Amino acid sequence: MTLKIKNPGLSTSIQDLGRPGYFHLGIPIGGAMDRFALRAANMLVENDEEAACLEAVFLGPEIEFLEDRVVAVTGANMPIKVDGEPRQAWSSFLVKAGQTLGFDFLKTGARIYIAISGGITTKPALGSRSTYPIGALGGFEGRNLQSGDEVPTGQMELKTEGRKIPVNLRRGPSDPAELRVLPGLYWHRITEASQKQFFGGEWAVAPEADRMGYRFKGGNALEFVDRDQPFGAGSDPSNIVDGCYSYGSIQVPGGTEPIVLHRDAVSGGGYFTIGAIISADMDLIGQLQPHTQARFVKVSMEEALAARKERQKMLSSIRQVLG
Amino acid sequence: MKTRYTYGGDEHVYIEMDEEMSLDAFFKGLSMSNAVRDANIPGVTEICPANASFQVKFDPDVTLPDDMLEKLKELEHVGEAADKRLETRIIEIPVYYQDPWTHETLMRFRERHQDPNGTDLDYAAKINGFNSAEEFIEAHHAQPWFVSMVGFVAGLPFLYQLVEREKQLQVPKYLRPRTDTPKLTVGYGGCFSCIYSVRGAGGYQMFGITPMPIFDPEQKVKYLQDFMVFFKPGDIVKWKPIDRTEYDRIIAEVEAGHYQPKIASVTFDLEEFNADMSGTNAKLMEALNDA
Repeated sequence: MTLKIKNPGLSTSIQDLGRPGYFHLGIPIGGAMDRFALRAANMLVENDEEAACLEAVFLGPEIEFLEDRVVAVTGANMPIKVDGEPRQAWSSFLVKAGQTLGFDFLKTGARIYIAISGGITTKPALGSRSTYPIGALGGFEGRNLQSGDEVPTGQMELKTEGRKIPVNLRRGPSDPAELRVLPGLYWHRITEASQKQFFGGEWAVAPEADRMGYRFKGGNALEFVDRDQPFGAGSDPSNIVDGCYSYGSIQVPGGTEPIVLHRDAVSGGGYFTIGAIISADMDLIGQLQPHTQARFVKVSMEEALAARKERQKMLSSIRQVLG
Repeated sequence: MKTRYTYGGDEHVYIEMDEEMSLDAFFKGLSMSNAVRDANIPGVTEICPANASFQVKFDPDVTLPDDMLEKLKELEHVGEAADKRLETRIIEIPVYYQDPWTHETLMRFRERHQDPNGTDLDYAAKINGFNSAEEFIEAHHAQPWFVSMVGFVAGLPFLYQLVEREKQLQVPKYLRPRTDTPKLTVGYGGCFSCIYSVRGAGGYQMFGITPMPIFDPEQKVKYLQDFMVFFKPGDIVKWKPIDRTEYDRIIAEVEAGHYQPKIASVTFDLEEFNADMSGTNAKLMEALNDA
């Protein structure tokens, strides 16, 4: 064992890039909510980019190292300490056996990613180490970390300290956050006026924001195009015959508060959806705290694909910088 | 029935076979999703069949969205031409209706329900024109059900009853979803029954509970040792009402590691079913006698 959890923080879990292939059985892809940050953290400690890391939300964990490891922390801005001494984020540093990695209070963002050289090596479930607590699957015994847990990591020769990702290659949401949306799915169910209002609205992240989904409030309620509800859909105009949900899709139960489904999404259900957050901006949602102001920005498929390329280009630039 | 194609962001194509639920829409969706699987389109990572729709997740770096959409549309006729026949299985699922655990839960969330003074079953019976909860329970288990979707959470089956539309039971979901549902609750929402595979939030009405696990990530349950999820779309289910004694007996058997559900192989032919529903159902249920 390499890591001893002295304090798990609020909610710290083992995550990698997830387990595609089981959504048709209700098992979501899971994995890091901010995949850009997870990849970057792994690159800093010279792991495979998809290696399992720790994802901690809002409050950092306290971890005693039982062996020497090189570590990097990316994502949210949360001051890092090793035995009380500050360390730089988005850079690699050594933690020696007996030392404790800890954090000060969160400044901006929501989730940090802690990569450890050698990667976390708990037993994969359905091809991934990502934690899916609802299904008691993956991670550490299928759950988030608790005090006293001892977590194994791979052994590899110690890598270079002081590798660093320049500020212009770090990615996080703007303030207010701008989340790009491709309208689609059941977009036609709401009136043109509501379609306009949705994008014009000032929204804020609601307290109900987690790995399954992010709820937003503050904008205008949506109005539905009149219809007789189809057989099997249910009586509310926001109901459909239960179908599969897209990652990033925006459902609006009752037409009031939009919920963006994220990595631990339910795979389907009976609420209509008005489109989906584009793939490039899913990472940004993972860095939003409750009460953060947000706007939804309408884009075309061409713009969505261009944004996707832009994000990939940033990751390639990091690969180049780190060599 | 008119097929509708739309994007779910830049990584999903969503294909709605019909706005309303029917076995015809389900079969068309299942056949078409099978055709998509067989076509091995580069970049496709997930194919998720649902009740009257299905979804394809793909990597747009491998196949551009517009090309993906075109390739999927080309497969629509394969789905339409496919035999509406399934080699499948019928499973007898024991249900303890009006059990103490769902009762405790439904009382706890009464203020979120349409009828705060009754139970979920009393309400379902009333709005479907039955005189008592017992009559409604009889209608719920007398005819078999078809698993038209697996999902929501790990391994949860949605089931559609194999009866004429005018005999379909319909119940709204809770006004506001509960934050708790006992594991293995037999629920109901819209025209669908379900089994909650894990404990958690839920909006379906609660009718009873089954002692038979349907999801086991540790794969200790005997019949889940090959795979942790029991159900797949196309499975047929016959509910069997049981009492507390039988419930406790099955729980003990599951814990001892030798419970085996009653399962028989059957063929389901949609045209045969549409021509003679009660005859087809009788034949399906007979298969369980030899299981």
